[in-house]
Amino acid sequence: MDFLRPASWEEALAAKAEHPTAVPIAGGTDVMVEINFDHRRPEYLLDLNRIGELSQWEVGEDTVRLGASVPYSQIMEHLRAELPGLALASHTVASPQIRNRGGVGGNLGTASPAGDAHPALLAAGAEVEAESVRGSRRIPIDDFYTGVKRNALAPDELIRAVHIKKADGPQQYSKVGTRNAMVIAVCAFGIALHPETRTVRTGIGSAAPTPIRATAAEEFLAAALDEGGFWDSRKIITPSVAKQFADLAAGAANPIDDVRGTASYRRHAVGIMARRTLGWTWESYRGAGRGTEGVA
Amino acid sequence: MRVNFTVNGRPQEADDVWEGESLLYVLRERLGLPGSKNACEQGECGSCTVRLDGVPVCSCLVAAGQAEGREVVTVEGLADFAKQRAEHGGCATGACGTEGTSLQDARRWSARPQDSQTGEGGELAPVQQAFIDAGAVQCGFCTPGLLVAADEMLERNPSPTDADIREALSGNLCRCTGYEKILDAVRLAAARQAELAEGV
Repeated sequence: MDFLRPASWEEALAAKAEHPTAVPIAGGTDVMVEINFDHRRPEYLLDLNRIGELSQWEVGEDTVRLGASVPYSQIMEHLRAELPGLALASHTVASPQIRNRGGVGGNLGTASPAGDAHPALLAAGAEVEAESVRGSRRIPIDDFYTGVKRNALAPDELIRAVHIKKADGPQQYSKVGTRNAMVIAVCAFGIALHPETRTVRTGIGSAAPTPIRATAAEEFLAAALDEGGFWDSRKIITPSVAKQFADLAAGAANPIDDVRGTASYRRHAVGIMARRTLGWTWESYRGAGRGTEGVA
Repeated sequence: MRVNFTVNGRPQEADDVWEGESLLYVLRERLGLPGSKNACEQGECGSCTVRLDGVPVCSCLVAAGQAEGREVVTVEGLADFAKQRAEHGGCATGACGTEGTSLQDARRWSARPQDSQTGEGGELAPVQQAFIDAGAVQCGFCTPGLLVAADEMLERNPSPTDADIREALSGNLCRCTGYEKILDAVRLAAARQAELAEGV
């Protein structure tokens, strides 16, 4: 095994071009587990820790450009207002020790359907900035996940940053597990209200081969809210609308039975989380009670 | 490969490090510092917790090469680290100790609680003394990781609520399940720290 230690982003791209099988390592919270257990013996480890810009973020007018290695603990601490859904999701990641090391770039690189960040990214709307020596491109988050632990990256590409839309309305995130800390999601659900475009976006984790959106549920809800004049009146959403939204979200799930839960439990739980998070965000939109912050 | 980094305030060098090796392995097997414990090797248990540039991390998930040029504080250096912090004000970088703990001293280090009669010993961080006084140590395997995590929380948050303590220690497992006493110990350390601060 070789340990490649580029000092700059350009050096990292050159190293990845020369050794496309090199495994990037930043927080190490996925990669080191595989190495410790001898599940993986990459020929090259490509350490990204020395590239300072990957741990930085910029808050722009409409988006946050989040460096691939910004640890979850920093997202929780500094980006709660701009990225409330992702901040809530970050809070559910493992433990303080893991949140101090792991970041969204690693979640995307691993592309596990259970990655905690994915539902929040799908709900907020995001683009992955991938780069190689051939050039840079932005991959819409909807096109990024291509299969179980597979993503749209080319072998010579690295994730530099994620461009996430700043919240223009309340966002929520919910995750089912056996305890609050150190839990791989049985399933998870993210929701973002987008009052500016009068749309709602969702993300489902651990209930399909990849993280997915519940598009039928989103479209139904957007139409129902529009027809009922809910965005203007801010009145309570009709229970039948919420129920239909929940049913459609559960229907979008395509889960399997595994050690963490059964397919039918996951489908049921996705529906429950969809209804609850819709309730929380809508209450927040109505300006009553529950805020968008601090509810895990 | 060779790795140069600072451990407990002193520059150290580890040779013949395998590229896939963890920081934990280097600390235990190459530098002879077995205080950080090796248990799950997947970041679940927190018994290998150290400070990396001031930040608590699972050393089993840090590749040795990633520690190059960085500052590590282990449980063996915690007493000295806490002492330096108390003397020089708050320090979260791990670099505040100008003297640090030599490898030899760190290897020899053992928990010797302060004798209330003679005042001897006392080479303990306040959080370590609190763990002893509160009876928070059973088999002791999880203790080093808990000490490093608890000490960092008390540095950052001098008057933690119970929820803060639970959150800060949520990445550390105790298989003896002695959590109540561990919570007692951290509350005790916080209370003593507050008393000291008022006294100054």
